[in-house]
Amino acid sequence: MFQLAKNFFVFLSQVTKGNKYYFAWIGFLSLLVLLGLITYIKQLDNGLIVTNMRDQVSWGFYISNFTYLVGVAAAAVLLVVPAYLYNFKPIKEIVLFGELLAVSAITMCILFVVIDMGRIDRLWHVMPFIGNMNFPSSLLAWDIIVLNGYLAINLTISFYALYKMANSKEYNLQIIKPLILLSIPWAVSIHTVTAFLYNGLASRPFWNASILAPRFLTSAFCAGPAIMIIIFQIIRKVSKIEIENKAIFKIAELVAYAIGINLFLLAAEFFKEFYSGSVHLAPMEYLYFGLHHHNNLVPWMWTAMIFNITAFLIFLRPQTRENLFTLNIGCVLVMTGIYIEKGMGLVIPGFIPGTLGEIYEYGPSFNEKMITIGVWAFGALIYTLLLKCAIPVYTGELRFYKPEGSVGNQ
Amino acid sequence: MKSKKDKLTRRNFLKGAAAGTATLALPVGTSDASVWEAFFQKHFRELNKDEVADVIKRLEEEYKEKYKKDVKVKTTDAQPGVLFSYGLDLSRCIGCRRCVYACARENNQSRDPQIHWISVLRFEQGEKFVSNLEEADKYYYPEKVPEDGHFYMPIACQQCENPPCVKVCPTKATWKEPDGIVVVDYNWCIGCRFCMAACPYGARRFNWAAPQIAKEEVNPDTHYLGNRPRYKGVVEKCTFCIQRTRGNPGRYPACVEVCPVGARKFGNLLDPESEIRYCLEHKRVFRLKEELNTAPKFYYFFAT
Repeated sequence: MFQLAKNFFVFLSQVTKGNKYYFAWIGFLSLLVLLGLITYIKQLDNGLIVTNMRDQVSWGFYISNFTYLVGVAAAAVLLVVPAYLYNFKPIKEIVLFGELLAVSAITMCILFVVIDMGRIDRLWHVMPFIGNMNFPSSLLAWDIIVLNGYLAINLTISFYALYKMANSKEYNLQIIKPLILLSIPWAVSIHTVTAFLYNGLASRPFWNASILAPRFLTSAFCAGPAIMIIIFQIIRKVSKIEIENKAIFKIAELVAYAIGINLFLLAAEFFKEFYSGSVHLAPMEYLYFGLHHHNNLVPWMWTAMIFNITAFLIFLRPQTRENLFTLNIGCVLVMTGIYIEKGMGLVIPGFIPGTLGEIYEYGPSFNEKMITIGVWAFGALIYTLLLKCAIPVYTGELRFYKPEGSVGNQ
Repeated sequence: MKSKKDKLTRRNFLKGAAAGTATLALPVGTSDASVWEAFFQKHFRELNKDEVADVIKRLEEEYKEKYKKDVKVKTTDAQPGVLFSYGLDLSRCIGCRRCVYACARENNQSRDPQIHWISVLRFEQGEKFVSNLEEADKYYYPEKVPEDGHFYMPIACQQCENPPCVKVCPTKATWKEPDGIVVVDYNWCIGCRFCMAACPYGARRFNWAAPQIAKEEVNPDTHYLGNRPRYKGVVEKCTFCIQRTRGNPGRYPACVEVCPVGARKFGNLLDPESEIRYCLEHKRVFRLKEELNTAPKFYYFFAT
């Protein structure tokens, strides 16, 4: 037991070792977290009135970011599938970093929901057993369960693997494989449940369309792996870990399919709404053309459209997909495109026009932006620290026991 | 208070936003027991008789301290054999909004920021209404009402028999009472606003800031599930004036009482002699957004 605690401390102490760039990065993120926290205290003090949300648009930037990040977290599964099911070795070696990203993304998701609550002091009301959870009726109760479950699964898998590696042992697939297999449908479930959260509301025609959940999943499989591709390149640049181009290009190929399907589903949505032209067209019209001279989101949506189509072309052509420069451009385009489309572009038109026909143009306030940046910085900080601990274990620099001929172990 | 918070912040920020803010939200180090009682208060429907009495005592003390007057908080139960229902005669409504303000006074709605449970929509003759309210105008300010060529439609909570807001609430903080009124436990609501997204009638209001009412304007006759003063960060809505209507004899809701043209009707749907039953049997009534199957107990009709 003592040994375990000591080992854990050795593992954690990795975060205190690093060059000046590492500390500058940590310092920078901590500063942003601190600014976000100070702004959040202001929000706690004054209420959510410091945001631009109002009764007409009762969810805004926080919930938009939450939705996007659920997708990022779910996309870790895309790495797990080929790695474990088909034993595709180049990806298998790096799947751990995907799982750790899922852990960070889910943490951010939970934070975004928590900062959006009016009464954080009553958080315990939604906890299973001690609170009064409206299960199975409320999809939010489902979401709490699946998100926390997903966090637990990914934490268990990655820490188990790291622990075994640090002890110079092969990890036992017998033990961990059921969990890995479970994580695949679970990743699909976190995204489906989040989609159903919106999808089940008959009062909001823009969300109340069956295409919502499928589009959630495909768009997640665009943005999540694109983020991974960028992160892998950073990891292999700043550490001794070798990540083969082969793995990156394989992921890029999967992204190409995902963007293709996502664009197809968008086209299907466009056709249905604009051709039938019913009253339910209004939110789509608001998004892409503006409604009664209200057009805040129009430039954003077309930007997203252009970004996604350009990214599709880049990912589709093997020449541009397998060229790191163009590939990275494609990744940034699709990450941004999906962020717009599935963040604000999904949440806001649910409320515009409102149920009583009112149009309230929403854009996040300064406070909302500060707090949001703080949460993102917190997520990046967690991910950095997790990687800082995991990488030395992964490369073999950190071992609790020397494989043979070791001295002084008890 | 401010400096204490700042100190906590500095100490806690490395522990992460979640841990730090959770600590801040709790009344750490307070010696006032009522704060902790409020924090650990159970869901209203899980309280036994004694616990209800304790809660009411605490609330009445809190309100007395805050508003410097005796505020009575009732917990009158629903009467058996009663299902409340509402009728609104669109041919009479003149759009004067007296109901809006009478409601705010009666139900202790926040004056700043201003909260109104009733929205009156104005339409030009010939404009779409009923299932598509896109042409409605909520912000009209004429010298005099009614205006030529216009008609008005007040909307508040439709007290659905099949309420989507209740279905989505993650904590069961809102529910439908046996007499058909959809209520909120303001001490249990976590302020997630899922119910506001689910409501097809724009009936729910959120306390974006701490609600403010001048002491002398507070209505001291309140109900736990109705018009007692609310808190920052919780959702509220029309309760058919539960503090008035749940009595024997009950009183009419404030909006019915104040309406100068008698456009508003209220009564027990299960009583064949009630005015609301008369309306249903003799007028051609309709309900808003029938296609959503929410089954409102709020009927609109044209008497003339």
